Amino acid sequence: MNNYLVELNNCGVLRNHKWLVRGVSLKVSQGEIVTLIGPNGSGKSTTAKMSLDILKPDEGTNIIKKGMRISYVPQKISIDWSLPLRAIDFVNLVKKHKTSEINDALSITGIKHLIYEDVRNLSGGEFQRLLMARAIAKEPHFLVLDEPVQGVDYPGEIALYKTIQEIVKKINCGILLISHNLHVVMSQTDYVICLNGHVCCSGAPNTVIKEPEYLKLFGKNIDPTLAFYQHDHDHEHLPDGSIDDSKKD
Amino acid sequence: MFDDFIVRAFAAGIGLAFITGPLGCFIVWRRLSYFGDTIAHSALLGVVIAYALDFNLIIAVFVVSCLLALSLLFLQRRTNLPDDALLGLLAHSVLAIGLVLLGILSFIRIDLMGLLFGDILSVNVTDLLFVWIGGGIVLIVLILIWRPLFAGTVNLELAKAEGLNPDLANAIFTLLIASVIAISIKIVGILLITGLLIIPASASRNLSSTPIQMAIISSIIGVASVVLGIQTSMIWNTPTGPTILTITLGVFILTLLPLKKLLISKKKIELSDKR
Repeated sequence: MNNYLVELNNCGVLRNHKWLVRGVSLKVSQGEIVTLIGPNGSGKSTTAKMSLDILKPDEGTNIIKKGMRISYVPQKISIDWSLPLRAIDFVNLVKKHKTSEINDALSITGIKHLIYEDVRNLSGGEFQRLLMARAIAKEPHFLVLDEPVQGVDYPGEIALYKTIQEIVKKINCGILLISHNLHVVMSQTDYVICLNGHVCCSGAPNTVIKEPEYLKLFGKNIDPTLAFYQHDHDHEHLPDGSIDDSKKD
Repeated sequence: MFDDFIVRAFAAGIGLAFITGPLGCFIVWRRLSYFGDTIAHSALLGVVIAYALDFNLIIAVFVVSCLLALSLLFLQRRTNLPDDALLGLLAHSVLAIGLVLLGILSFIRIDLMGLLFGDILSVNVTDLLFVWIGGGIVLIVLILIWRPLFAGTVNLELAKAEGLNPDLANAIFTLLIASVIAISIKIVGILLITGLLIIPASASRNLSSTPIQMAIISSIIGVASVVLGIQTSMIWNTPTGPTILTITLGVFILTLLPLKKLLISKKKIELSDKR
């Protein structure tokens, strides 16, 4: 017996005689952040869906620990106008929570003031924060985030990634994170899997960035100001992006 | 008490409008209005079979509706045609089969107008039992499957990923629509039932800000329209089913008026007067 929350073994999904993704293996344990990176159409979302058992692999096995609380932040949700839905109703979608719990989750993602707002009045970034708040409110064992910061402004993005790290610490869940936002993601991840229809390379962030396969996909010369600054942790960013001087060594 | 046909008409209409409220909301949310129509079209076949075999009308229509829903699921898996094409294919072919069968079985005499537009004044006590007991079951089942059905309506994959079973809820929901259409045939008829499902729900959307509110207001609008509709049809001697639907349309138009704004500005004026 092992203790993995989710384990994919050599999984593939075949659609219309084409492999969307093939030969993917990954494991997520408690308290760990595993990140999937890769270009568009490389099978990141498909892999995430296999780890949630929304898609059954046509090849290989997906083993998901029984009795887990799972939260999923899908890449895209559009809510029809015909459906009146406030932020609070959305948080209660799968499981009913106490109002205090909902308030807490919304404060963590910074949209507490919008609790009774109709979701269609939220901006893209606010809606993304709502998706995240809903996922946190469940206190999941396993959390899947598919491009969780799309549409969020840059400082908000950093703050949200920070939130993700805090969540892992607080509720000790395992996270499968999908992103193509290398520079922020890399520094906060335990394990990186680089996908392009198959696993190109995988490992700890600082080893993956040296792999030739990785460099072929993402290039060597990423703008050095943006390049996944492998955090030396000599400074910290405040939510607005500025550097927190008080903590500087 | 139920000896009077007017009382029976009120009881049947109110009972039906009560369940079409929340069910209609889901039909609007899930964009299933054409699906309701398709099932209703197939009802003619059920009626012909019921008459031919001397069988209970409501049960025959229910069975045919369920078969139709199943064939839709089958077709959806076997072809890549869009849903509206499949629904159109089923609706009209089943309607045609019903009419052909009606031609062959020439001994059957069906009140076609009554079937199409309902005849609420001819509802008998058995029909009433079907409406209230059947409707009660439909409402209870809907409440039981509410969470997976609603979560699946908002986002199917999210509901699946987080351990609900929206597919099962959807299948059950389809059966609920079939039952309500079967129950409603005598009351508003097969051509108008989709209207009774959709119009009160649409009117309710304009007034509500939460899903449950929308379901409840939709029921209230439906019941009020039935009561007003039956009374109006007696005064003006108009066909009852169509009169009820016309009233729901009137309510819908009323809900389009900026009532909320009017109320708010009135309050503001009152406040400023007090000052």
